[in-house]
Amino acid sequence: MTDEALLAFDGVGRDFDVSRPWLERTLGRLPKQTLVAADDVTFRLARGRTLALVGESGCGKSTVGRLAVGLYRPSRGTVRFDGLDITRASGDEAAAWRRRIQMIFQDPYASLNPRWRVEDVVAEPLRVRNRTLSVAERRERVGRLLAQVGLSAADARKFPHEFSGGQRQRISIARALSSEPEFLVCDEPTSALDVSVQAQVLNLMRDLQDRLGLTYLFISHNLAVVEYVAHDVGVMYLGRLVEVGPAAAVLGAPLHPYTRMLLAAVPDLAMTGAARTPVAGEIPSPIDRPTGCAFHPRCPHATERCRVETPVPKPVGDGRTVACHLVAP
Amino acid sequence: MSALLEVRGLRVAFETRRGPLIAIDDVSFDIAEGEILGMVGESGAGKSVTGTAILGLLDPPARRIAGEIHLDGERIDILPPEAMRRLRGRRIGAIFQDPLTSLDPLFTLGQQLVETILVHEPIGAEAARARAMSLLAEVGIPAPEARFHQYPHQLSGGMRQRVVIALALCAQPRLVIADEPTTALDVSTQAQIIELLKRLARTHGTAVLLITHDMGVIAETADRVAVLYAGRLAEIGPVRDIVHAPKHPYTEGLMGAIPRLGALRSRLSQIDGAMPRLDAIPPGCAFHPRCAHRVDRCSVDRPQPVRHGDREVACWLHAEHARDR
Repeated sequence: MTDEALLAFDGVGRDFDVSRPWLERTLGRLPKQTLVAADDVTFRLARGRTLALVGESGCGKSTVGRLAVGLYRPSRGTVRFDGLDITRASGDEAAAWRRRIQMIFQDPYASLNPRWRVEDVVAEPLRVRNRTLSVAERRERVGRLLAQVGLSAADARKFPHEFSGGQRQRISIARALSSEPEFLVCDEPTSALDVSVQAQVLNLMRDLQDRLGLTYLFISHNLAVVEYVAHDVGVMYLGRLVEVGPAAAVLGAPLHPYTRMLLAAVPDLAMTGAARTPVAGEIPSPIDRPTGCAFHPRCPHATERCRVETPVPKPVGDGRTVACHLVAP
Repeated sequence: MSALLEVRGLRVAFETRRGPLIAIDDVSFDIAEGEILGMVGESGAGKSVTGTAILGLLDPPARRIAGEIHLDGERIDILPPEAMRRLRGRRIGAIFQDPLTSLDPLFTLGQQLVETILVHEPIGAEAARARAMSLLAEVGIPAPEARFHQYPHQLSGGMRQRVVIALALCAQPRLVIADEPTTALDVSTQAQIIELLKRLARTHGTAVLLITHDMGVIAETADRVAVLYAGRLAEIGPVRDIVHAPKHPYTEGLMGAIPRLGALRSRLSQIDGAMPRLDAIPPGCAFHPRCAHRVDRCSVDRPQPVRHGDREVACWLHAEHARDR
């Protein structure tokens, strides 16, 4: 992780106001409530690589994805894309930056307009960004994009309902690629798909990265999928990155107790019949974060210090950063 | 081991204006006492329809058109609706994917459990209450006395699913049908629910039909697996054999497509194409258009499941080697 990072997060936080409506709050004398969806998130993502964010529901991984494409403004810290502070960018600068990023969503049934033909869906970014394109040129580009994701040019005339889930996700990918972005945020792109179809989409995403030099921020709760696609992995717990570094290190020799717990909980095909100790407890609500290290109530190694002092992410050598008092005191 | 549940030649059709669509086509399997049978397949393969058919909860346009279902030696698929209603809950419990839809938001957990127990068991209110408490403790809910008076919305997803399991166990059923019981849960919670299901099967001798699309869950939980493809049984057998040495080309493709931790493969193997829709199931073996090993016969004759030791495989490639049919 060098300074040539395409995407750089520095101490980024995002709060949401989840207070009751004003009148109710005034009458009931209730305090304002803030949900800290992301806090002190720092990482670098180099060009042509994949950083995967993993964690259980509510850990803030999707919030970080949305911060990365500017769908949310950070409450604290800075997000830089290729050196440009995206929170301060405006006008032409912002327009040029937006052209270079795209997003792929989880549900291929909800993210495609059912009333549009595939060619209109895929060509929409072209129409918005490149108004001078003639109809024939546009059609030709759409045909090439569809071929790139393994569909045929004839599919352009069809409607989304005529496709299966995996094919729809290919259409989403073709749409995302149509503006020739460098950076894609993929939020659980295969979670709604069956395994055999998931394999097709994951292979396609890897091939496209090799061919086009794409950079991915890949958000997933599935550790095995993450290991297959990612170069670097960041593990999130209650809005904080607890461990981030090369995939082989984080998943192969996890240091943070939460990463270890998460890896131990994954049902494994090889472990057929073998017994294991499941982890106790569940994620607390992000509105009511435990003090100190947010993981301390579930951590088997928690000390008094963990209850009081929030651990700061510290480098531990091998390119990895860990936020734990015991690992990096 | 005698079978607790026997399903023989089950066929389920969806009646449509353009004729019936066969969702389950000649599926047979057994589950023994205390055994967990996993059922896997892609969406639309007929996993849930099989579970629903056993529960006798098929609604039009779905209809059972052939086959028999026996529980404890008694044929249950021809029972009148009222008898079937009594059987459900008492002898067959059900656990579904979304715990919120299985719980009534207007009643406390205690009220729901006590009511269910009183419906099925000839005991008094006080005894029912005690039993509800012990059930909550058994499914691993901390401080059952406090939870007893809480409403479903006050619980987390994992805790709700535990309550649903407690509800399914109220009348000590012989068979539990668990349809994607961990799909809505996070991995750490999922691991806890898996342990719970395994313990129930072991300690109570409850037979479990575990329906899921997650092969990892099956590998950790089930004793045997049934692999469904386009409403037909592709392969059924001990979980170890099927995971480590699949015989049917579809099972083999499925296993190769699953990303595994620590495997560090350069590429996932993929089965090209998609499962056929019910209105376009090809003749012969339903998998033949996607199969790399197909022979001429595959597109003409439908292979029947053939026994190979502990397992059965429906594939022409493995039909010749079988000793007897």
